[in-house]
Amino acid sequence: MSNFLQKFGAYWLGKLERLGRATLFLFHLVAALASLVKRPSLLVKQLHASGVMTLSIVLVSGLFVGMVLSLQFYNTLIDFGQEERVGTLVALTLVRELGPVVTGLLFAGRAGSAMTAEIGLMKATEQLSGLEMMAVDPFKRVFAPRFLAGFIALPMLAAMFSAVGVMGGHLVGVEVLGVDANAYWSQMHSSVSFTHDVCNGLVKGLVFGFVVSWISIFEGADCIPTSEGVSSATTRTVVYSSLAILGLDFLLTAVMF
Amino acid sequence: MNSRTSEILVGLFMLLFLLAMFVLAMKVSNLTSLNSSEGYTLTAKFENIGGLKERARVSASGVRVGEVTRIIYDPENFEAMVTLRLDKAFDAFPLDTTASIYTSGLLGEQYIGLDPGAEEDFLQNDDEITLTQSAIVLERLIGQVLFSRSGGS
Repeated sequence: MSNFLQKFGAYWLGKLERLGRATLFLFHLVAALASLVKRPSLLVKQLHASGVMTLSIVLVSGLFVGMVLSLQFYNTLIDFGQEERVGTLVALTLVRELGPVVTGLLFAGRAGSAMTAEIGLMKATEQLSGLEMMAVDPFKRVFAPRFLAGFIALPMLAAMFSAVGVMGGHLVGVEVLGVDANAYWSQMHSSVSFTHDVCNGLVKGLVFGFVVSWISIFEGADCIPTSEGVSSATTRTVVYSSLAILGLDFLLTAVMF
Repeated sequence: MNSRTSEILVGLFMLLFLLAMFVLAMKVSNLTSLNSSEGYTLTAKFENIGGLKERARVSASGVRVGEVTRIIYDPENFEAMVTLRLDKAFDAFPLDTTASIYTSGLLGEQYIGLDPGAEEDFLQNDDEITLTQSAIVLERLIGQVLFSRSGGS
């Protein structure tokens, strides 16, 4: 019995210790951000790796999510003769919830796991130690540009996701199912608020970008430097990021709307 | 990939983001109608506003001329005070214009309809529309019908 208790306690102590390390890591990371002013080319390179490379999957999923939403809402609303509301519903769902959340999940899977694997492999092959030997701070050179790039790229991708999703909704709702095009856009226009809906969606994207980049980089830098360690760190990145996104989304929605 | 190509792609990425924001701001949401700072405001007191909400439509002859910006309860007169913001283009409503609360369709949202009167002078900024007609509350209407029927028999 006491053996079991000891193991249980040790398990949670380990978790807490890891959380503490992650927090310290975050402070370190934020402090290193200032050095990017001197070398913006590092940031551009990472924006390419995490933003541009994720773009295609985000745009394609945005299109399909918008199309599916339009189809589902249409089928329900037609019973009430309110199918003109499809535009409003599609836009609100995308801008408020699905845009940031689905983009965040895709980003964690596509860019976050890549960041973890890259940094983990750098650690396993002792490139990070090598940098330190050459008096190059890996926080400034490796971690900070990736962190800022993820932080910036996610809300941008979320905005694109929502915009493309609305287009997809138009494609199915108006072109295929025959909702009046003017009604689709004007109903949407009159019930979506820029400050309340669009900007809050962007804030969600920023929060998710912050959390996903933090988790991805920390898992990479904290992994056991073996091939097995890197693989389990990559898995953890995706799992923790997804859970964090879904949990935070609920909290943010409760506060915002 | 050399750095020039990736820089170009990141630039395109930024442009695409701006385009998406433009779509979200102009087509999806109502940023365009928000910046009607050149409009003017009017107030109107209603006995009962029913389900009227802020940002509801204000229309004249069915054409949108402005929106409801604020609804507060006036505890002195026991009435609802509604502030309307009208477009600058529609600044010629006579002083005896009536403001009524209508419902679009049977289950639709409520809006304010303006019916112009015959006065020569026009409503100015911060004026009050004195002639108002409250929203029709369905329960009250049913109550009246039942009452009048039982009274008649």
